[in-house]
Amino acid sequence: MDLALLGQYVINGLMLGMMYALVAVGFTLFFGVLDVIKFSHGDVLMVGAFTGYTTFLGLEAAGVHMPVIQIVLLVIASTVLVGLLGAAIAKYLILPLTNAPALNILLATMMLGTVLREAVRLFFPEGSNPKRFPRLLPDTVIPIGGFDLRVDSLMLLIAGVLVIVAIHTVINRTKLGLAIRAVAQDAETARIMGINFELVVLVTFAIGSAAAAVAGVMNGLYYNEINFGMGLLLGVIGFAAAIVGGLGNIYGAILGGFLFAALQTIGAVALPFASAYKDVFAFAVIISIMAWRPTGLIPEKVSERV
Amino acid sequence: MKLGRSFLATAAALALAAGVAQTPAVAKEKVTVAFIGPLSGGVAANGLGGRNSADLAVKLRNQDENAKYEYELLTLDDECKPNVGVQVATRAAANRDVVAGVTHYCSAVAMGTVDTYNKFGLPVVVWGAVLPDITYANDYPEVHRVNGTMINQNQVAAEFMTDQGYETWVVIHDTTDYGQGHKKYFTESLEKNGGEVLATFGVTADQQDFTAELTQAKSLNPDVIYFGGLTPIGVRIRSQMDKLGIDAQFEGTSGIVSDAYIEGLGELAEGTVAFIEGAPIEKLPGGQYFKEQYDKANYNEPPEAYGAFAFAAMNLVLDKIEEVGPDRRKVRDALNKVEGRDSIVGEITFDDHGQNAVALITKFVVQDGKWVVWEDSEYASGERKLNGM
Repeated sequence: MDLALLGQYVINGLMLGMMYALVAVGFTLFFGVLDVIKFSHGDVLMVGAFTGYTTFLGLEAAGVHMPVIQIVLLVIASTVLVGLLGAAIAKYLILPLTNAPALNILLATMMLGTVLREAVRLFFPEGSNPKRFPRLLPDTVIPIGGFDLRVDSLMLLIAGVLVIVAIHTVINRTKLGLAIRAVAQDAETARIMGINFELVVLVTFAIGSAAAAVAGVMNGLYYNEINFGMGLLLGVIGFAAAIVGGLGNIYGAILGGFLFAALQTIGAVALPFASAYKDVFAFAVIISIMAWRPTGLIPEKVSERV
Repeated sequence: MKLGRSFLATAAALALAAGVAQTPAVAKEKVTVAFIGPLSGGVAANGLGGRNSADLAVKLRNQDENAKYEYELLTLDDECKPNVGVQVATRAAANRDVVAGVTHYCSAVAMGTVDTYNKFGLPVVVWGAVLPDITYANDYPEVHRVNGTMINQNQVAAEFMTDQGYETWVVIHDTTDYGQGHKKYFTESLEKNGGEVLATFGVTADQQDFTAELTQAKSLNPDVIYFGGLTPIGVRIRSQMDKLGIDAQFEGTSGIVSDAYIEGLGELAEGTVAFIEGAPIEKLPGGQYFKEQYDKANYNEPPEAYGAFAFAAMNLVLDKIEEVGPDRRKVRDALNKVEGRDSIVGEITFDDHGQNAVALITKFVVQDGKWVVWEDSEYASGERKLNGM
């Protein structure tokens, strides 16, 4: 295999990995603070992509045609609205269920995911058809040897890194982050210390959901196509990535995301059987890793196990 | 619907009365033929269009003074459900007055009923169902079909594309029966026409990312990327081809011939080619005549896409009854010998499975945001060029 081709595979894999990582970070944040698994996360991502798309349509209708302004506004609209959606899901669906068995929350959020998906399919105009997401990034190509590096892919990757760095900074360098970490370690004690438990949970859900919205918009800008079912598989993959990385640990989630993308790419490219089995291959490897390291590659620092 | 039934009942009663009264020798002998299609349910529009078209063929024949027999149409509703289909097929086949039938729009129903027709020896001509297995899975001499299948579609596709000068292909297909079938028949036809398939990729129906497959395809540098599957994946693949800078021609199947494909891609859809079984009515050889007659008869419903095929199938059946007499066995054998016969949907030649071997396939290309019949396009006239040409 020549270098140009390898370079292309690496870029493909990195793009995929970045999107998976952003989804996985959400799963891991939610699990960190509340020990819950929010299965509607993939569909929240899809809502983010559609919010961005709708914003774009609105801006076009309003006569705003500058791509830079459009992209800034649609990212803001998408992250803010989906952040609010995430907080609302936490407040009205997840917090009331915190004392119920974990399975109930998992089921309730799974059903919510279906509601979101079907709502977009039914109520968005011609929602069951694929939608053309606008090309807002420059489609310049930087030739490196025989390999063409697309500027838009590069920008998306950088944006993804920035989002991850931002989340990292918030968690580790701010008072809010301290509160999140405190709640994650021990909610009871954190409450006694005067931390507003509910607020911390809502903010965490907003942050995680906003990250998913970024992933959704990124998905749209990268593929130039969004559809109501796009979150389904992304949700499952993001969840698997979070688990294999170590649920509750942000770095684990990121590692898991890139690992899954790498496995998929290898499955499609390097293995002798048909590429239709690439997901089978990737998930099978994930299962073996889970058998080998049940708490994930980078386990959550504070474990409740004795 | 109600009107049709009561009309039919009256007609049947009249027929009975006439039969009992033993009308004088000038009256023609009565012959019954059956039409079966989905007259209720989700695809009823197609069924009613087919019913009207078959009815039109019978009426026109009855107006013809040279016709040897007077025909009656027995209409039955299969509801597009295999179990109901088998019931009504049995009703038609067990009725010895019925000489032949024009049957089924839904593939699953047609698949379920072919055994019945074979068992009772009722010759039928399928007018709408497209699954190849209906004619090819068995060796039933009773079963024929005027419309094409995905086999015909891919034969035409392979021949057309190699004629354009393309030599190498990468085939991508979804792993459903639909996609697998297209891959199989296209690859077979392509080999016969001298084209070469460099690689084949099966993809799942909910897959979002095709960059790994397409990067591999790009390294093989094919002239054409062929996709066997439906619109959503078609949109994704075409869009991601562009992302990766693949300038190969994109070729699809009937599954992507939809407005959603063009809306999903915008300008990127330009120049995509695809093929469907059948044709718009105005493009049929006898489309003008059929449309005129159909409009004159004042049916409540339009003929829909397959009405012309129902008309042609019924006409063929009536022709054969005229030729050999109202005898199931003779009509069956006569149908099996049909070769190079003109009809409003073009020439009909049944192969040894009763499949129309020269079935009508229409080639489409996207031009300025519309699916345009190839022959009418600026691509055919040379004003625009397909990729790589």
